[in-house]
Amino acid sequence: MMKSLIISQRILKELGKDKRTLALMFLAPLLVLTLMNLVFNTNATPHVQIGTVQMPATMVKQLETVSHVSQTTYPTVTAANTALKAQRVDSVITYNKTTATYQITYANLDVNKTTLAKSAMQSAMLHDKLQSMAQTITQLTVHHPVAAQPQATLKQTYQYGDSQTRYMDTVLPILMGFFVFFFVFLVSGMAILKERTTGTLERLLATPVRRGHIIFGYTFSYGALAVLQTLTIVLYTVDVLHIQIVGHIGWVILTNMLLALVALSLGILMSTFAASEFQMMQFIPLIVVPQIFFSGIVPLDTINPWIAKIQYILPLTYVASADKKIMMQGLGLTHIWVECLILIGFFLILTGINIQGLKKYRRV
Amino acid sequence: MSDVLELQQITKSYGGRTVLDAVNLKLPAGELMGLIGPSGSGKSTVIKLALGMAQADAGVAHIFDIQMPDRQSLGKIGYMAQSDALYEALSGYDNLKFFAQMRDIRVVDEEIKRVATIVNLTDALDQQVKGYSGGMKRRLSLAIAFLGEPEFLILDEPTVGIDPALRRQIWDELRRQQAQQKTILITTHVMDEAEKVDRVVLLFDGRIIADDSPAALKARYDVSTVEQVFLKAEVEAGK
Ligand SMILES: Nc1ncnc2c1ncn2[C@@H]1O[C@H](COP(=O)(O)OP(=O)(O)O)[C@@H](O)[C@H]1O
Ligand SMILES: [Mg+2]
Repeated sequence: MMKSLIISQRILKELGKDKRTLALMFLAPLLVLTLMNLVFNTNATPHVQIGTVQMPATMVKQLETVSHVSQTTYPTVTAANTALKAQRVDSVITYNKTTATYQITYANLDVNKTTLAKSAMQSAMLHDKLQSMAQTITQLTVHHPVAAQPQATLKQTYQYGDSQTRYMDTVLPILMGFFVFFFVFLVSGMAILKERTTGTLERLLATPVRRGHIIFGYTFSYGALAVLQTLTIVLYTVDVLHIQIVGHIGWVILTNMLLALVALSLGILMSTFAASEFQMMQFIPLIVVPQIFFSGIVPLDTINPWIAKIQYILPLTYVASADKKIMMQGLGLTHIWVECLILIGFFLILTGINIQGLKKYRRV
Repeated sequence: MSDVLELQQITKSYGGRTVLDAVNLKLPAGELMGLIGPSGSGKSTVIKLALGMAQADAGVAHIFDIQMPDRQSLGKIGYMAQSDALYEALSGYDNLKFFAQMRDIRVVDEEIKRVATIVNLTDALDQQVKGYSGGMKRRLSLAIAFLGEPEFLILDEPTVGIDPALRRQIWDELRRQQAQQKTILITTHVMDEAEKVDRVVLLFDGRIIADDSPAALKARYDVSTVEQVFLKAEVEAGK
């Protein structure tokens, strides 16, 4: 234990001397976030599932003609809202006959879907109105004038966030995890690779230190670093970029620290297969890039479901899922413990492999 | 007194090429032994297998009568590898302190001062190792092995790149350690250093071709230097 702390102290001291790497870890994410914040206003067309309650049949028909939209009828508002919470539907539309009002509630976990549901509803209403007008005119010519139909109005409610929720808000939880993962993976991987190539690892193992002490020394130092990095990113996004985080920051730090530990152990593992820093870089497209594609930044609904399953073996997926719940829905540990356990599982397995891997240098 | 190091029938090959061929070696306590041989003859491999840092294909190694690899035994050994293996971003002092802590050495500061004096590095201790010359790195690496006055010193080519005056100082230190009943195994491919050891083990092509005191070897081959002994022994072994 004592030796692990001494080792982690040494690692942090070495890193402290490397100003450029530190700047990279702490400033690069902020720069990228700022740029993305300026640039992004995206438009993908995902598929939207709308739940309806007591909708007039004509409106249901109209809704279903809109592309990328499908409709499910629910008997009660409660049933529809349950489906919304469970994310089986993306919005719920309720029709109130007495006031002739459509009430639409968006899950708003994906702004693209919110926008699509909104415009689908508007176009359905427009078509419906046109059709009833046509009917009225037909009736007028045959019979006598009828009382004008009451004007239907549209009211919108957002379950999470508000109408100002932007693409950045929804990808931020994923991006934050990605930065932690990327930098910890790369920097720790390089550090231990350097220990291998310069022979310091071998020299260290020629002392009575335990193999586990070395791995845990790395764990402590990079765990601490991840906490700092997450704090920097969170404070910057809240204070400077004015992006809302509903839940408690502590949970975000927890998930990101767990992710950092996974990234660290993966970095250590991959360094076994690299003979040089350049070869270490070659793992980026293999290990790092898929995480960003499969963890939710790109909507996966449009991808072949078998390929989409890849996301379940990528640690970032679980952090993205947990951070989304914390940052957008304001949920706490009771809702993210499964994700946390899975991350801990990744970490323990990889750490076990790494401690075994050091047997290459010393079998005991 | 028993042997500090004993190798029995140690055999090792890399990629199908035999690097060590059934090497037997006994190093009694208190002896200063030189493992001499040309570059590539297998000296470093002997040391790594003795320490258990590489796995032998056959044979066993004992240090202090304990079969290697053994983690606890490593605490009694001061090992200097052929490559410098230092943390370049840290200062010389930090390197010494770190390895002292890893070796469970108490009174760290005094010990650092002592070993730094032996290798003439006292003035450069606060400097980053990155800025050291090759010789300075070699000396720091040697100082790390001296930490805690270990009972058994294993030094793999410790004097490469070190100027003659300091080389002499280091040999004086080795003699001083030996006077305190420490056991020392040193490798070198510099033949004139071979004159200074108690016992010469000549390694050639993964086999031990001679093993005796320098004087006895010179008498047997009827020559005046260990270098000439090596040349003759090499010719005989080649037959
Ligand atoms: N890890 C290794 N992989 C492959 N070959 C090796 C390895 N270590 C040593 N060798 C080979 O074993 C032979 C002896 O090496 P070494 O023990 O370093 O010699 P010396 O220390 O006497 O110069 C050399 O031919 C070297 O190339
Ligand atoms: Mg060598």
